[in-house]
Amino acid sequence: MALRVKALESLLVEKGLVDAAALDAIVDHFEHKVGPRNGARVVAKAWTDPEYKARLMTDATAAIAELGYSGGQGDHMVVVENTPQVHNLVVCTLCSCYPWPVLGLPPVWYKSSPYRSRAVIDPRGVVAEFGTVLPADMEVRVWDSTAEIRYLVLPERPANTEGLDEAALAALVTRDGMIGTARL
Amino acid sequence: MNGVHDMGGMQGLGRIVPEPEGVVFHAPWEGRVHAMTIASPTRSNIDAGRHQRELIPGPEYLRMSYYEKWFRSLSERLLDQGLVTAEEYASGRSAPGAAKATPRLAAGAVEDALSRHNSYVREAAPPVFAAGDVVRARNIHPDGHTRLPRYVRGRLGVIERAHGAHVFPDSNAHGKGEDPRPLYTVRFTARELWGEAANPRDTVCLDLWEPYLERA
Repeated sequence: MALRVKALESLLVEKGLVDAAALDAIVDHFEHKVGPRNGARVVAKAWTDPEYKARLMTDATAAIAELGYSGGQGDHMVVVENTPQVHNLVVCTLCSCYPWPVLGLPPVWYKSSPYRSRAVIDPRGVVAEFGTVLPADMEVRVWDSTAEIRYLVLPERPANTEGLDEAALAALVTRDGMIGTARL
Repeated sequence: MNGVHDMGGMQGLGRIVPEPEGVVFHAPWEGRVHAMTIASPTRSNIDAGRHQRELIPGPEYLRMSYYEKWFRSLSERLLDQGLVTAEEYASGRSAPGAAKATPRLAAGAVEDALSRHNSYVREAAPPVFAAGDVVRARNIHPDGHTRLPRYVRGRLGVIERAHGAHVFPDSNAHGKGEDPRPLYTVRFTARELWGEAANPRDTVCLDLWEPYLERA
């Protein structure tokens, strides 16, 4: 594949259809500018700032843009909140929809057949495969991203974190916690 | 299209293999495919791009990696739209005397292009359904692109939220215009979808356009 891709890139550059430096900048964007640390910042701010959390729950796209995160695959954001009684899990059964501005590009398993097929029919089994057994009396809500709405899970704030500032809290937030395959 | 891409509810497709945070591309070529797909001047939209990947024959679709599918779709679009000839594609060299284009996306414009808000909301007729309405997902089997998965067709759900009118993929994917239609989040109980063995507390929400729904 590497050789075929290289050949196509050389051809497109030679024909003036793409600019190699623009390709470098796009790769850099996805490797360094977006990723789950953006989402973690959103979550930590929601944990520490009730007014921000209220804005996040009513207009997530605008509240996330306040922190400077916006763009493709994040144009219509909805945040869903975990509680002691409720667990949320996000999937895209039809393709690979995922909130790029706050989580970056999805891990391979998120785009793979096993996850896409089973998350809707056996969410508890899927979460268990990631190491968390959800209690039977906890409600599980699965969100299948079938349109341009993109979902971000707001995990529960871990216990005994009262003394931590926003940056320290953000460090506790994991990618899988914001997809819903883990609880913090 | 009832293709293998519509895999919600299937079983037996293998184990989920977790991976650590921080891995973005697994080889440099994956990043180049991702970037070329964004930067190249193919005439397409997000729905047409999705449909093109759905058209990869099922056995190959299941075997190919994610970026192999992207590379195949990008190559097909470049060839179909005449941006690259079959000879050029095979040789990796521009045909002698071929005109040189100006790239659509310059390096300096990348960050702005990727961060720009791009709404899919459009003006259209007001929604027929409201939050709390009971609806049934239609038992329809379009042979083109659709975002109505098989596993909810014929099933009863409740409108959770109305989102206004959004670009309708079933039309947009086929170059028939955006044809905006009201979009709703619809909640289905796990028992309605999967039967009595499902946990009675559990639900699945999908975002479904009005033409996918009928009043129950």
